[in-house]
Amino acid sequence: MTATTAGRLRRRLHRLEPAAITGVMSRDVTNFKTFWKTTTFSSILDPTIYLLAFGLGLGTIVAAVEGMEYVQYVGTGMVATAVLFSSVFSAMYGVFIKHRFQRTYDAILAAPVDVEELVTAEVAWLGARAGLYGAAPLLVTMVFGLDPAWGMLLVPFIGAVTAFGFAGLGVFAASVVSKIDHFSYIQSALITPLFLVSGTFFPIDGLPQGAQIASNFNPLYHCVELVRHAVFGLETIDLYHFSVLVGFALLTWRLAIWRMEKRLIE
Amino acid sequence: MTAPHAISLRGVTKRFGEITAVDGLDLDVPEGTCVGLLGPNGAGKSTTMKMLTAQAIADAGEIRVLGFEVPADSKQARALCGVVPQLDNLDVELTARQNLAVFARLYRVPRHQRRHAVDYALGIANLVERADTPVDKLSGGMRRRLLIARGLVHKPRLLLLDEPTVGLDPQVRQELWALIDALRTEGTSILMSTHYIEEAERLADTVAIMDHGRVVARGRPAELVRRHAGVETLEVYGPPPQLAEVRRAAESAGYRVRRTGTAVAILGAEAANGELPEGIRRAASLEDVFVLLTGEEVE
Repeated sequence: MTATTAGRLRRRLHRLEPAAITGVMSRDVTNFKTFWKTTTFSSILDPTIYLLAFGLGLGTIVAAVEGMEYVQYVGTGMVATAVLFSSVFSAMYGVFIKHRFQRTYDAILAAPVDVEELVTAEVAWLGARAGLYGAAPLLVTMVFGLDPAWGMLLVPFIGAVTAFGFAGLGVFAASVVSKIDHFSYIQSALITPLFLVSGTFFPIDGLPQGAQIASNFNPLYHCVELVRHAVFGLETIDLYHFSVLVGFALLTWRLAIWRMEKRLIE
Repeated sequence: MTAPHAISLRGVTKRFGEITAVDGLDLDVPEGTCVGLLGPNGAGKSTTMKMLTAQAIADAGEIRVLGFEVPADSKQARALCGVVPQLDNLDVELTARQNLAVFARLYRVPRHQRRHAVDYALGIANLVERADTPVDKLSGGMRRRLLIARGLVHKPRLLLLDEPTVGLDPQVRQELWALIDALRTEGTSILMSTHYIEEAERLADTVAIMDHGRVVARGRPAELVRRHAGVETLEVYGPPPQLAEVRRAAESAGYRVRRTGTAVAILGAEAANGELPEGIRRAASLEDVFVLLTGEEVE
């Protein structure tokens, strides 16, 4: 027996150990190195196409929204879209595939890693990644004429907090569905409405009052607001927006752990 | 940490709804030995393996792994166990080295020893030359070796092997047997589930035969053969109606009999006194014991 093994024994292992979490994340990072180019390509190209279509297309009809040029309105709003898609879909499909098809989680859980640590690591990695890539539309919008601002430095951070929540939601979804096709229900019934009624493409204050109230329960709306304010000037209400995002992240994180434990431990 | 047994199970039961997969199982793996868990599909071998790492939680009974209570202190135990799953779950887009490096971290090998640990595992897997090849470019045998090496990267005290050679060529299988045998010689405790009888016969110090979630026989392979199947088995070949007749005659003469597919095998033929028909005599085998104890019918 090596001294290492004996040394590791002396220390009692606890819940949510950083070594377990970073270990799982190191697997994600190592895998990401094999496909970062495709992710980067689409995260730059997608907003470019959207901005061309919406900015040059719709922008000819809609000159300005809430005092912003329409391109800038959509461009800043699309940060939230990018964050949403990059986190929730990667979490849903990635976790389902790793659990069901690749059986990666069986191997990880045979190591000294608990489901709580596994889920936390997956959410943290997807959140950080989506936060970073969520800033891509902002860079693209700057090419379309958006002026730089110091507040923009907060955008990856806002994106990451939002993405923790949606990654947690994605992991939760992956732990609930029995077949991969069932993600279509979640996508059509939940994600698409969240994405469209978030103030990304049009202001929600033009909507009926019921829809406006409902928007307050849409975390993406709070992300859109926060990002725009970070770019154009923060306000006191942003504390409220931020609190909602943090609350959403905490809620989905615990829900994801609870359901994944049921799924992964027989 | 002076556990007399690397693994000790007492009255372990696991139910899935109506089905009782493991039914009051008692099982010990003494330190430094290799125990083969032999049984037909559905006997409860895989469920037992999963309970040892707390990936399945027993409904009743006591489980101790390396002295730690499972599931309560399972994480502690898992840090000292290596697990080789039945299904290949390597990261196929990563190289052999990257796969090992990730698990060296997961198994808490300290940073300054990780490189050494990965090299050690590559050596075990005989994959030093292919260290930087992505897994999906490796052959089936290489992948299986890597899968085993991944479970050894932290030099575990206990190795759990779930059907280690299922679906492999005889050559690859023998290569893996040599590897497992070497580990046992070095003092690693091993629990290996298998339904290849020859595998259990060659590698295991003791064998536990499982059926319907319990151990129906245990002992050293040769001892089990002697106890349950005697010394010699007579195989009688012929058309099915004749075999049925041979079987009836042998059974009424008090012999235990099993089908081998194409023949009827009469156990304990060494005691025969001219009353048995012509046939081929061979040494009694663990397979005879296995079929005798777990039944001829496939469920």
